[in-house]
Amino acid sequence: MLEIIRQIPIDYYVWLSTALFCIGVFGVLIRRNAIVVLMCVELMLNAVNLLLAAFSTYLSDAQGQIMVFFIMVVAAAEAAVGLGILVMIYRNTKSTDISLLDKLRN
Amino acid sequence: MTLYIFLTLAVISLITALLMVLSRNPVHSVLFLILTFFTLAGQYILLNAQFLAVVHIIVYAGAIMVLFLFVLMLLNLSRDTEPQKSNLWKLSGAIASGLLLVTLVGAMRGGIALQIPEAENPGVGLVENLGKVLFTDFVVPFEIAGILFLAAMVGAVLVGKRDLKI
Repeated sequence: MLEIIRQIPIDYYVWLSTALFCIGVFGVLIRRNAIVVLMCVELMLNAVNLLLAAFSTYLSDAQGQIMVFFIMVVAAAEAAVGLGILVMIYRNTKSTDISLLDKLRN
Repeated sequence: MTLYIFLTLAVISLITALLMVLSRNPVHSVLFLILTFFTLAGQYILLNAQFLAVVHIIVYAGAIMVLFLFVLMLLNLSRDTEPQKSNLWKLSGAIASGLLLVTLVGAMRGGIALQIPEAENPGVGLVENLGKVLFTDFVVPFEIAGILFLAAMVGAVLVGKRDLKI
Protein backbone atom coordinates (compact mmCIF):
# COMPACT_ATOMS: atom_id res chain seq x y z
CA MET A 1 0.00 0.00 0.00
CA LEU A 2 1.23 3.45 -0.86
CA GLU A 3 2.42 5.45 2.13
CA ILE A 4 0.30 8.41 1.13
CA ILE A 5 -3.04 6.61 1.21
CA ARG A 6 -2.50 5.63 4.84
CA GLN A 7 -1.26 9.03 5.99
CA ILE A 8 -3.28 11.60 4.06
CA PRO A 9 -7.07 11.47 3.77
CA ILE A 10 -8.46 12.29 0.33
CA ASP A 11 -10.25 15.27 1.89
CA TYR A 12 -6.98 17.17 2.13
CA TYR A 13 -6.55 16.96 -1.63
CA VAL A 14 -10.15 18.03 -2.14
CA TRP A 15 -9.65 21.07 0.10
CA LEU A 16 -6.36 22.02 -1.52
CA SER A 17 -7.75 21.88 -5.04
CA THR A 18 -10.92 23.71 -3.98
CA ALA A 19 -8.79 26.51 -2.56
CA LEU A 20 -6.64 26.68 -5.70
CA PHE A 21 -9.75 26.77 -7.89
CA CYS A 22 -11.25 29.60 -5.84
CA ILE A 23 -8.00 31.58 -6.07
CA GLY A 24 -8.24 31.15 -9.85
CA VAL A 25 -11.83 32.42 -9.83
CA PHE A 26 -10.72 35.37 -7.68
CA GLY A 27 -8.02 36.23 -10.19
CA VAL A 28 -10.40 36.06 -13.14
CA LEU A 29 -12.77 38.40 -11.31
CA ILE A 30 -10.30 41.07 -10.17
CA ARG A 31 -7.71 41.30 -12.94
CA ARG A 32 -8.13 43.31 -16.13
CA ASN A 33 -5.03 42.21 -17.99
CA ALA A 34 -6.15 39.51 -20.42
CA ILE A 35 -2.89 37.55 -20.12
CA VAL A 36 -3.21 37.30 -16.34
CA VAL A 37 -6.85 36.22 -16.75
CA LEU A 38 -5.68 33.39 -19.06
CA MET A 39 -3.10 32.41 -16.43
CA CYS A 40 -5.80 32.24 -13.77
CA VAL A 41 -7.79 29.91 -16.04
CA GLU A 42 -4.68 27.70 -16.27
CA LEU A 43 -4.53 27.67 -12.47
CA MET A 44 -8.16 26.49 -12.30
CA LEU A 45 -7.42 23.73 -14.82
CA ASN A 46 -4.50 22.63 -12.67
CA ALA A 47 -6.64 22.47 -9.54
CA VAL A 48 -8.96 20.05 -11.35
CA ASN A 49 -5.97 18.07 -12.62
CA LEU A 50 -4.64 17.61 -9.10
CA LEU A 51 -8.00 16.31 -7.90
CA LEU A 52 -8.28 13.84 -10.79
CA ALA A 53 -4.76 12.55 -10.18
CA ALA A 54 -5.40 12.17 -6.44
CA PHE A 55 -8.60 10.18 -6.93
CA SER A 56 -6.91 8.09 -9.62
CA THR A 57 -4.10 7.11 -7.25
CA TYR A 58 -6.40 6.45 -4.29
CA LEU A 59 -8.68 4.20 -6.38
CA SER A 60 -5.80 2.57 -8.37
CA ASP A 61 -7.54 3.51 -11.60
CA ALA A 62 -5.41 4.76 -14.46
CA GLN A 63 -8.26 6.45 -16.33
CA GLY A 64 -8.14 9.57 -14.15
CA GLN A 65 -4.50 10.16 -15.00
CA ILE A 66 -5.20 9.65 -18.72
CA MET A 67 -7.90 12.30 -18.34
CA VAL A 68 -5.32 14.66 -16.77
CA PHE A 69 -3.05 14.01 -19.74
CA PHE A 70 -5.81 15.00 -22.17
CA ILE A 71 -6.63 18.12 -20.14
CA MET A 72 -2.97 19.14 -20.43
CA VAL A 73 -3.13 18.58 -24.22
CA VAL A 74 -6.21 20.77 -24.55
CA ALA A 75 -4.70 23.42 -22.24
CA ALA A 76 -1.59 23.62 -24.41
CA ALA A 77 -3.67 24.09 -27.57
CA GLU A 78 -5.86 26.64 -25.80
CA ALA A 79 -2.87 28.66 -24.60
CA ALA A 80 -1.35 28.77 -28.09
CA VAL A 81 -4.54 29.96 -29.79
CA GLY A 82 -5.52 32.29 -26.93
CA LEU A 83 -2.15 34.03 -26.90
CA GLY A 84 -2.28 34.37 -30.70
CA ILE A 85 -5.65 36.08 -30.40
CA LEU A 86 -4.28 38.31 -27.61
CA VAL A 87 -1.33 39.45 -29.72
CA MET A 88 -3.79 40.27 -32.52
CA ILE A 89 -5.98 42.27 -30.10
CA TYR A 90 -2.91 44.15 -28.84
CA ARG A 91 -1.99 45.06 -32.42
CA ASN A 92 -5.42 46.59 -32.97
CA THR A 93 -6.11 48.28 -29.63
CA LYS A 94 -2.55 48.77 -28.25
CA SER A 95 -3.72 47.31 -24.94
CA THR A 96 -4.58 43.99 -23.31
CA ASP A 97 -7.25 45.49 -21.08
CA ILE A 98 -10.30 43.24 -21.24
CA SER A 99 -12.70 46.08 -20.36
CA LEU A 100 -11.99 47.62 -23.79
CA LEU A 101 -13.34 44.53 -25.50
CA ASP A 102 -17.04 45.31 -25.36
CA LYS A 103 -17.60 45.95 -29.08
CA LEU A 104 -20.23 43.20 -29.25
CA ARG A 105 -22.38 44.92 -26.62
CA ASN A 106 -25.69 46.36 -27.94
CA MET B 1 6.77 12.53 7.05
CA THR B 2 4.60 12.29 3.93
CA LEU B 3 2.00 14.45 5.63
CA TYR B 4 4.57 17.17 6.34
CA ILE B 5 5.78 17.15 2.75
CA PHE B 6 2.18 17.40 1.57
CA LEU B 7 1.39 20.28 3.92
CA THR B 8 4.54 22.19 2.99
CA LEU B 9 3.83 21.84 -0.73
CA ALA B 10 0.18 22.80 -0.22
CA VAL B 11 1.03 25.94 1.76
CA ILE B 12 3.66 27.01 -0.77
CA SER B 13 1.28 26.45 -3.67
CA LEU B 14 -1.53 28.42 -2.03
CA ILE B 15 0.77 31.33 -1.15
CA THR B 16 2.34 31.50 -4.61
CA ALA B 17 -1.09 31.26 -6.26
CA LEU B 18 -2.33 34.18 -4.16
CA LEU B 19 0.81 36.19 -4.93
CA MET B 20 0.27 35.41 -8.62
CA VAL B 21 -3.21 36.90 -8.48
CA LEU B 22 -2.27 39.90 -6.35
CA SER B 23 1.07 41.02 -7.81
CA ARG B 24 0.86 44.15 -9.95
CA ASN B 25 3.59 43.25 -12.42
CA PRO B 26 2.45 40.60 -14.94
CA VAL B 27 5.98 39.18 -15.24
CA HIS B 28 5.98 38.48 -11.50
CA SER B 29 2.59 36.81 -11.94
CA VAL B 30 4.05 34.43 -14.51
CA LEU B 31 7.02 33.60 -12.29
CA PHE B 32 4.79 32.91 -9.27
CA LEU B 33 2.57 30.70 -11.42
CA ILE B 34 5.63 28.70 -12.47
CA LEU B 35 6.45 28.19 -8.77
CA THR B 36 2.88 26.99 -8.18
CA PHE B 37 3.24 24.52 -11.03
CA PHE B 38 6.46 23.14 -9.55
CA THR B 39 4.77 22.52 -6.21
CA LEU B 40 1.93 20.77 -8.04
CA ALA B 41 4.53 18.57 -9.77
CA GLY B 42 5.77 17.75 -6.27
CA GLN B 43 2.25 16.68 -5.34
CA TYR B 44 2.14 14.40 -8.39
CA ILE B 45 5.42 12.78 -7.33
CA LEU B 46 3.95 12.32 -3.83
CA LEU B 47 0.96 10.58 -5.44
CA ASN B 48 3.38 8.28 -7.31
CA ALA B 49 2.11 9.70 -10.61
CA GLN B 50 5.58 10.03 -12.07
CA PHE B 51 4.52 10.28 -15.70
CA LEU B 52 2.16 13.14 -14.88
CA ALA B 53 4.85 14.94 -12.87
CA VAL B 54 7.32 14.88 -15.76
CA VAL B 55 4.70 15.82 -18.36
CA HIS B 56 3.45 18.60 -16.10
CA ILE B 57 6.91 20.15 -15.78
CA ILE B 58 7.68 19.77 -19.49
CA VAL B 59 4.32 21.02 -20.80
CA TYR B 60 3.36 23.66 -18.25
CA ALA B 61 6.59 25.05 -16.84
CA GLY B 62 8.53 24.35 -20.02
CA ALA B 63 6.16 25.23 -22.84
CA ILE B 64 3.04 27.10 -21.78
CA MET B 65 4.63 29.46 -19.27
CA VAL B 66 7.53 30.23 -21.62
CA LEU B 67 4.88 31.12 -24.23
CA PHE B 68 3.23 33.46 -21.71
CA LEU B 69 6.58 35.05 -20.83
CA PHE B 70 7.41 35.55 -24.50
CA VAL B 71 4.10 37.27 -25.17
CA LEU B 72 4.53 39.50 -22.09
CA MET B 73 8.02 40.48 -23.27
CA LEU B 74 6.84 41.10 -26.84
CA LEU B 75 4.00 43.34 -25.69
CA ASN B 76 6.36 45.05 -23.22
CA LEU B 77 3.83 45.06 -20.39
CA SER B 78 4.95 46.19 -16.97
CA ARG B 79 3.61 47.58 -13.74
CA ASP B 80 3.03 51.06 -15.19
CA THR B 81 0.81 49.96 -18.05
CA GLU B 82 -1.08 47.43 -15.96
CA PRO B 83 -4.82 48.25 -15.91
CA GLN B 84 -6.38 48.07 -12.45
CA LYS B 85 -9.91 47.41 -11.39
CA SER B 86 -11.43 49.63 -8.73
CA ASN B 87 -11.34 48.59 -5.08
CA LEU B 88 -15.08 47.95 -5.13
CA TRP B 89 -14.57 45.41 -7.91
CA LYS B 90 -11.76 43.75 -5.97
CA LEU B 91 -13.85 43.56 -2.83
CA SER B 92 -16.81 42.05 -4.65
CA GLY B 93 -14.51 39.58 -6.43
CA ALA B 94 -13.04 38.53 -3.08
CA ILE B 95 -16.52 38.10 -1.59
CA ALA B 96 -17.78 36.10 -4.59
CA SER B 97 -14.83 33.70 -4.67
CA GLY B 98 -14.87 33.41 -0.88
CA LEU B 99 -18.53 32.44 -1.02
CA LEU B 100 -17.72 29.84 -3.68
CA LEU B 101 -15.01 28.43 -1.39
CA VAL B 102 -17.38 28.33 1.59
CA THR B 103 -20.07 26.62 -0.49
CA LEU B 104 -17.73 23.96 -1.86
CA VAL B 105 -16.10 23.24 1.51
CA GLY B 106 -19.51 23.16 3.20
CA ALA B 107 -20.77 20.65 0.65
CA MET B 108 -17.90 18.30 1.59
CA ARG B 109 -18.00 18.98 5.33
CA GLY B 110 -18.92 15.43 6.30
CA GLY B 111 -15.80 14.01 4.71
CA ILE B 112 -15.53 11.69 1.75
CA ALA B 113 -15.95 7.97 2.35
CA LEU B 114 -13.78 6.46 -0.36
CA GLN B 115 -13.96 2.73 -1.06
CA ILE B 116 -10.26 2.01 -1.47
CA PRO B 117 -9.99 -1.26 -3.39
CA GLU B 118 -8.30 -4.20 -1.69
CA ALA B 119 -6.21 -5.31 -4.64
CA GLU B 120 -4.62 -1.97 -5.33
CA ASN B 121 -1.84 -1.30 -7.76
CA PRO B 122 0.78 1.16 -6.46
CA GLY B 123 2.31 1.48 -9.93
CA VAL B 124 -0.80 2.92 -11.52
CA GLY B 125 0.92 6.19 -12.40
CA LEU B 126 4.04 4.73 -13.97
CA VAL B 127 4.76 5.11 -17.67
CA GLU B 128 4.40 1.38 -18.35
CA ASN B 129 0.87 1.14 -17.01
CA LEU B 130 -0.33 4.49 -18.38
CA GLY B 131 1.11 3.75 -21.81
CA LYS B 132 -0.78 0.47 -21.97
CA VAL B 133 -4.06 2.16 -21.05
CA LEU B 134 -3.43 5.09 -23.39
CA PHE B 135 -2.74 2.93 -26.42
CA THR B 136 -5.47 0.36 -25.84
CA ASP B 137 -8.54 1.97 -24.28
CA PHE B 138 -7.85 5.56 -25.28
CA VAL B 139 -6.44 5.24 -28.81
CA VAL B 140 -9.25 7.19 -30.49
CA PRO B 141 -9.07 10.18 -28.07
CA PHE B 142 -5.31 10.15 -28.49
CA GLU B 143 -5.59 10.45 -32.27
CA ILE B 144 -8.27 13.13 -31.93
CA ALA B 145 -5.88 15.05 -29.67
CA GLY B 146 -3.35 14.93 -32.52
CA ILE B 147 -5.93 16.43 -34.89
CA LEU B 148 -6.74 19.08 -32.27
CA PHE B 149 -3.07 20.06 -32.10
CA LEU B 150 -2.89 20.34 -35.89
CA ALA B 151 -5.99 22.54 -35.91
CA ALA B 152 -4.62 24.68 -33.07
CA MET B 153 -1.30 25.09 -34.88
CA VAL B 154 -2.95 26.17 -38.14
CA GLY B 155 -5.32 28.46 -36.21
CA ALA B 156 -2.53 30.12 -34.23
CA VAL B 157 -0.50 30.77 -37.40
CA LEU B 158 -3.54 32.17 -39.23
CA VAL B 159 -4.57 34.39 -36.33
CA GLY B 160 -1.05 35.72 -35.94
CA LYS B 161 -0.56 36.72 -39.57
CA ARG B 162 -0.42 40.47 -40.07
CA ASP B 163 -2.17 40.91 -43.41
CA LEU B 164 -4.34 37.96 -44.16
CA LYS B 165 -5.25 37.33 -47.78
CA ILE B 166 -7.65 34.47 -48.46
